[in-house]
Amino acid sequence: MVTRKLILVYEGEFTQEITKSVLAMAERNMDAIGEDSGIKRKVFNVMVECLQNIVKHSDEIQEGEAPVRHGAIFMVGKDDDKYLITSGNPIMNDKVEMLNNKLDHINSLDKEGLKNYYKEVIKNNKGLSEKGGAGLGFIDMARKSGQKLQFDFEPMSDNISFFSLKTVIRRSTTDSE
Amino acid sequence: MEVINKEGTEDTPKIILNRNDGIFEISGRSLPEDSADFYQPILDWLDKYGASPNPETLFVFKLEYFNTASSKLILDILSKLETITGTRIQWFFHEDDEDMEEAGTEFSELVEVPFEFQTY
Repeated sequence: MVTRKLILVYEGEFTQEITKSVLAMAERNMDAIGEDSGIKRKVFNVMVECLQNIVKHSDEIQEGEAPVRHGAIFMVGKDDDKYLITSGNPIMNDKVEMLNNKLDHINSLDKEGLKNYYKEVIKNNKGLSEKGGAGLGFIDMARKSGQKLQFDFEPMSDNISFFSLKTVIRRSTTDSE
Repeated sequence: MEVINKEGTEDTPKIILNRNDGIFEISGRSLPEDSADFYQPILDWLDKYGASPNPETLFVFKLEYFNTASSKLILDILSKLETITGTRIQWFFHEDDEDMEEAGTEFSELVEVPFEFQTY
């Protein structure tokens, strides 16, 4: 039987301060069970990229003229053999295609392909985006995970979709594709 | 020349840039909210330093963790160091941290600066 456990769930507004608290909680939890330091680092890594993505893009949601505050959700779960880092946040519909293509491309790449793509983006992107992103977050998450990123877009209205993303970190020490 | 000596926090690294003592070091965790803003003073300092550098510059990176936005800025720092003659990079990684070792290797492939790898 598989034991499934939620380590933490957070729903609401996302800021850098919240990000730090959520990270500290997850770290304490993993320390408490004596988690392997390599696994801990990977989980931490994916959590940071995921949380900072939400923070950076949380002010983009508009319904009509006014910006709308839609809550996002972030969860970390644990099975016997893996951690699951899941996030969900609203995005504007005009971002869906771009995100979908980017994630499909990342999922089409193997380990070496991801490494090359990462180097290509870091070398060729001039500076950070106006949001302060390097365009590397999803690539890094896929590299740390070693698994395909699972994602979905659920339409919420004419303008907004709910973007969910799940990243798996395997706890067994052997790498499996 | 001014000395930069910033204490590390839970989301920003410790930074020492001191030409008189020959200490150039970035260590700890780097996941600031605004990486570009955080690293700008470092880049500015290196611009000034690069105008008349010490004969040798041993620049130490001893990072426990950095996010992807920081990685872009680390590359910017390395690109500046690339133009300063007599620069060597010492890249520390925890002995069981393959990802940090690989990150160093990748940076070393992106710039023309000698890298030395050290475990801690």
